Amino acid sequence: MADPTAPLVAFGRDLRARGLPVGTGRILTFIRAVASLGLGDRDSLYWAGRVSLVASRADLDAYDAAFGDWYRSLGAGPSELSIQLDLPAEPRSIEWSRDADDMKVEVGHTAGSWRAAADDEEPEPGEESSIRIVASAVEVLRRKSFAELTEDERHRVARMIHDLTVRAPVERTRRTRPSSKGSTFDLRRTLRRSLRTQGEPFDRSFRVRRSRIRPLVLILDISGSMAPYSRALLQFGYAAMAAGRRVEVFCFGTRLTRVTRTLRTKDPDRAMHEVARLVADWEGGTRIGESLKTLLDGWSQRAALRGAVVVLCSDGLERGDPALLRAQMARLRRLAHRVVWANPLKGSPRYEPLARGMAAALPSVDVFLSGHNLESLETLAAALGA
Amino acid sequence: MPELAFADVDELRDALARHAYLADRGLATAIYLSLSLGKPLLLEGEAGVGKTEVAKVLAELLDRRLIRLQCYEGIDASQALYEWNYARQLIAVRAMDATDAEQRVEDLFGPEFLVERPLLAAIRAGDEAVLLVDELDRADDEFEAFLLEILSEFAVTIPEIGRVDALSPPAVIVTSNRTRELHDALKRRCLYHWIDHPDLDREVEIVRARAPHVGAALARDVAQAVARLRDLDLAKRPGVAETIDWANALAFLGAERLDGVLAVDTLGSVVKDHEDQGLVAARLAEVVGEDG
Repeated sequence: MADPTAPLVAFGRDLRARGLPVGTGRILTFIRAVASLGLGDRDSLYWAGRVSLVASRADLDAYDAAFGDWYRSLGAGPSELSIQLDLPAEPRSIEWSRDADDMKVEVGHTAGSWRAAADDEEPEPGEESSIRIVASAVEVLRRKSFAELTEDERHRVARMIHDLTVRAPVERTRRTRPSSKGSTFDLRRTLRRSLRTQGEPFDRSFRVRRSRIRPLVLILDISGSMAPYSRALLQFGYAAMAAGRRVEVFCFGTRLTRVTRTLRTKDPDRAMHEVARLVADWEGGTRIGESLKTLLDGWSQRAALRGAVVVLCSDGLERGDPALLRAQMARLRRLAHRVVWANPLKGSPRYEPLARGMAAALPSVDVFLSGHNLESLETLAAALGA
Repeated sequence: MPELAFADVDELRDALARHAYLADRGLATAIYLSLSLGKPLLLEGEAGVGKTEVAKVLAELLDRRLIRLQCYEGIDASQALYEWNYARQLIAVRAMDATDAEQRVEDLFGPEFLVERPLLAAIRAGDEAVLLVDELDRADDEFEAFLLEILSEFAVTIPEIGRVDALSPPAVIVTSNRTRELHDALKRRCLYHWIDHPDLDREVEIVRARAPHVGAALARDVAQAVARLRDLDLAKRPGVAETIDWANALAFLGAERLDGVLAVDTLGSVVKDHEDQGLVAARLAEVVGEDG
């Protein structure tokens, strides 16, 4: 074997090919880990790889599968590997500069959205928590139900949704910033300023709580008849995300899929296409309660839900147990700042929320509206601000 | 690479066991590699599986000082790194004569006015310390980015005093309950290990190690019941910490085996959510294994 690290690198690359975020830095750590453990038995290799190449519980299954394949491909076993793997300890500085470079790219990439999310947008008291959507839309298209759009119109509406200016509501955080008046005394600044006046604290400073934009969470029903409406809301989510807001998007039919990452690309058409590919049960049945439960239970997204504005788009025709839906909606209501249910059926004047699922969910819904056309999306925006 | 007190993973595992911490192979490997590669170890897992405990035991084991940074919403650099003692500074300023201003500033921002917070303490202590960054998911993104900087450099520049450097970095354990996904850049800096609930036999051992006065039969009963509880569809699944609490509570009441009546009386030490309690109460016989 020419280069003893080659199979290790190959394993890292294989994981990357399977979609795990394995960079050169991680592979380097993996090689050092194997060198450090010395032993070449299966367990050591397994754990060395698992702690250095995997960074999320969600990736563990993929890792296990890849590891099995790779280990079998080693054939006789890796004993010959480990003996030669007596790498010199790497000088710290080199590793850092290497990591640091590749890190800068990453941080630079997301820093924009971080900062945007934490922006100190000082809202005027009146317009606090108002989502304003300013649309330059053709009137007819605004009123036309999403389900009745032709392919061409759908593209035009999609573009209109992209032109929307989305302003999200804000929440106060525990962080503070300096202010000339406020409730908390800022000793640090007061002291600094007192130096100008021979140590007399004439000029007093205070701190006030900062505010930040509340996250927006979209939970979209993509089953059967709901698909056209959800696609429109998906566009809405994409627009909000492009504006640098904290947005999480989930799709569900029979089961829940998180599509936030997929939406985070530059090209909206490609993003929609990717989402369609990712979501297995696009236009299948509806299990709202179960899907919500998956969301509330497992995901690390609970923090994204906490204090968030949650928009759920579904016709409420639940195939599962309405009692489950009722309980999960109550949980959601306790976590979120505001729960909005957009039900396109409500667009029909004769609609009454008699579906069992809808009736079960309604007690936990702050705002119930239609969301079946562009105009109603504006209503939705107004409702969020209330 | 720093000198290690342990020849291999098994030796570390035995040493942990002597300090009443029973780690499985994966966790022991993770800790071993974290120490030998000098990389922070990010531990995730459900509440009560012993993430924080790892740092405590490690400090004991290595005979190092445990420095704990408990994260919370709104934590910032002045609460994590250092702060000046402003009240003292104000008094000092008032006590000073009117000399030139520059001299005064220098006097005021000397080491005696510096309040050391956990991160600075850890940098100063270097490899004499184990730094525990607890529940990082509670802090916000900005703090995470700040922490990343510290974990990369293990050095900090205080403008008024100068640069503080760790000659060799402390051992670092970062824990997260996954209420929020941590940022990739930070994860990349760390080794990662997901701590799962232990299997039945190990959990019995853990209870016996942590609560030596609990009898073997009771320990097994409790561990079995908790394992069944975890299979129920609870909003808050009990962790190992709850298993130990429950065993302790039962032993305190003089129980030698677990039965339905005792379980009802002590349910509060293991199931801590109102709706969950209702669910468990309905299926209690099944949980304590009394339905045959």
